[in-house]
Amino acid sequence: MATNSIAAGSDKVYQAMADEIKARNLKFQLTKTGSMGLDSMEPLVEFVVPNKPKLSFAKVTAEKVPALLDQVINLHLDTETPFYRVDEQENILTGEKTFYCTGKVPRILRDIPLIDAIPYYAKQVKIATRNCGIIDPENLEEYVARGGYFALYKTLTEMSPDGIIEEVIASGLRGRGGGGFSTGWKWRSCRDAEGTVKYVICNGDEGDPGAYMDRSVMEGDPHSVIEGMIIGAYAIGATQGYIYVRNEYPLAVANLTKALAKARDAGLLGKNIFGSGFSFDIRISKGAGAFVCGESTALIASMEGKAGEPRAKYTHTVEHGLWDRPTNINNVETWTNVPVIMARGADWFSSIGTKTSSGTKVFSLVGKVNNIGLVEVAMGTTIREIVHDIGGGVPQGKTFKAVQTGGPSGGCIPGSLIDLPVGFEELGEAGSMMGSGGMIVMDDTTCMVDIAKYFLDFLAKESCGKCTPCRDGVRRMRDILEDICNGHGEEGDVELLKGMSEAMIDGSHCALGGSAPNPVLSTLRYFQDEYEAHILDKKCPAGVCKALIHFHVVADKCTGCVKCKKVCPTRAIQGNRKEVHEIDQTLCIQCRACYEVCAFDAIIIE
Amino acid sequence: MVNLVIDGKNIQAKKGTTLLAVARENGIDIPTLCSHESVENSGACRLCVVEITKGKTKKIVTSCLYKAEDGLMVETGNERVLKVRKFVMQLLMARCPTSGVIRDLAVKMGVVPEPRFKPNEDGKKCIMCRLCVQVCEHVVGVSALGFAFRGTDKALGTPFREPSSVCIGCGSCAYICPTQQIVMTSTEDTRSICGRTFKMRACSVCGRYFAPEDQLAFISEKTGVSVEDLSVCVSCR
Repeated sequence: MATNSIAAGSDKVYQAMADEIKARNLKFQLTKTGSMGLDSMEPLVEFVVPNKPKLSFAKVTAEKVPALLDQVINLHLDTETPFYRVDEQENILTGEKTFYCTGKVPRILRDIPLIDAIPYYAKQVKIATRNCGIIDPENLEEYVARGGYFALYKTLTEMSPDGIIEEVIASGLRGRGGGGFSTGWKWRSCRDAEGTVKYVICNGDEGDPGAYMDRSVMEGDPHSVIEGMIIGAYAIGATQGYIYVRNEYPLAVANLTKALAKARDAGLLGKNIFGSGFSFDIRISKGAGAFVCGESTALIASMEGKAGEPRAKYTHTVEHGLWDRPTNINNVETWTNVPVIMARGADWFSSIGTKTSSGTKVFSLVGKVNNIGLVEVAMGTTIREIVHDIGGGVPQGKTFKAVQTGGPSGGCIPGSLIDLPVGFEELGEAGSMMGSGGMIVMDDTTCMVDIAKYFLDFLAKESCGKCTPCRDGVRRMRDILEDICNGHGEEGDVELLKGMSEAMIDGSHCALGGSAPNPVLSTLRYFQDEYEAHILDKKCPAGVCKALIHFHVVADKCTGCVKCKKVCPTRAIQGNRKEVHEIDQTLCIQCRACYEVCAFDAIIIE
Repeated sequence: MVNLVIDGKNIQAKKGTTLLAVARENGIDIPTLCSHESVENSGACRLCVVEITKGKTKKIVTSCLYKAEDGLMVETGNERVLKVRKFVMQLLMARCPTSGVIRDLAVKMGVVPEPRFKPNEDGKKCIMCRLCVQVCEHVVGVSALGFAFRGTDKALGTPFREPSSVCIGCGSCAYICPTQQIVMTSTEDTRSICGRTFKMRACSVCGRYFAPEDQLAFISEKTGVSVEDLSVCVSCR
């Protein structure tokens, strides 16, 4: 079970299932897995009956458990319809298939959609999240049964460190944490750096609001991170590894701790791994949850017990990193890709994705979209495919306005660029970035000035506060945006914001300040008219900024149903039943309650 | 030695020297507020930025941290550089409107306040240059000062904003502070700084009060020299 499914109640479902199995004395094996990714359908329960299709039920509650068990045991589907069935499943690590259904599909199950027929799953290619939701993360044997640690055995016994690095370079793997730098070349620089003591670090800080792909992997498949790190350490010549993970991820910390202990017991960590003469171990370093600690030099400072502040990158961490030793830092998702590259080869890996962005990327698809959850797609997949096909589009018939990618310092990509393929270069050219893979979908009720203000506010709080342009500059930009949203915008604000952005990009100490203006620049690039409407006309076209909007009753449409009157918290709505209502503007607090509840579109925002 | 060009001037410099030091040695003025010879440079204020050209790439770097390299082209006052400096000064003016040092520097640099930046009203003059924190930790060796919080709320002070028990009243922080945010006041036999009042020691020769007793005790403990032997002021030694 992962944090997202526990939030949906999977722990209660698990307990109910365990109680029921015990009470009925059933010979069922009950297993906890990580998350399959689709949060809006959690809790998911899968049933594996020998030789029959694997069945999955969505949105299961503890109350539904007895009936569910009856159905599965008797193969009746009278109360609950399965979400999908799985007849066979390919293991991307080995290329082999697992056949759940060995004979004919039972008649009663034929109408249940196959997992690959469900758009959310059909367009995904799961490399980094290959085991999430499939194996028990606490069980090393299950990881090995899925082909885990075979790549490690192969690399340690058959390949030279240089050979591994060449393979990773050839695969085209680029850092999944935000920078997008070639992983293989980074390893090469660290291997070539002078020094006998070297470190590898897994960056599991993941601080973007709304992003949780790394958490999901650490919780659901910790051994894949560990295996990647051991391979990397062998290639680089490191003897000690660290996983830096925020303490706000208690389940990730717990599952990683257990996985490390099991790997150590099995001889996968420690002295002379697989008799290769290579010795390596990994420790967990817990952070206190700061966005800036995802930046490599701030992360190192935090690990050394100092305040999480970045230092100038004129000397590289691959030469002078943790405790001034050569250090290679990669993100969680980058490390999990490594065993697959080693198992399937660089050619196979680079055949997925685009020419300059190979492989896949996990995105956390959130916001105004029907299927909220983690999605892993081949690089080059378009935003349309992600938002509409996989995400199921924007809810309630609203219009897709923009998607914010790359975390708080990313940018907004407008609906007009919906056919943009996602790749490092493509997103950068569009004024946003890949970042760590946050994807926040926005509909036409989102105000872009308000959104820019939200991200600047986040960054103003999360800046480390060391350098002037970032600490004071982000705050001043946020203040101006706040003014604009409150109707106090002034002519020239747009030019001022652009000028401030340029100076901040050039003058900031690290990438946090250097990319902090992105939310403003990208919204200005595509939605400058919205800024102008706020500043010049004192209007919020999306109807969001409270100081600039008024709610009115359209007399022709109002039926006098008093529904709005009932929900109004300030009693601003007057009018008797079957009479046209009226809103007292002096009492209205623009809470939108009346607007949302009116069934006749009789309330409008101006 | 390395050869580089600063503002069109061919310059030879010792390898490992910062661009700021090289420029100053050659009479080129670069403004800075957070650099001091007694501590390591941190690059916090960003006023000393310069533009470097290395091969085909041009970028802005802080001259107090970037080391001189062979073949480097440096521009210390072009439009791009001045834009960053102006922005930094406008931010500092709004942060510390009561600081005469900031105001004078702005006048010297020809920077006027940005009317859209509402000046802070807390009366503070701290520009977060961190010189006091560094000198307290690395030169004095007591770490009585530090930072709390982050982002806009980042604040300088003693732990938990309580009078520090490790402070020895040496006054180094007040001495190094470029904006006079840290103030030290004295009477004949006391000195007050960072929320504490220290008793001063009189010189055993001339009788002048010259150093806090806590400071002499600290030095005595570090060096093994008795407090009595340390109780002679500089003039009488």
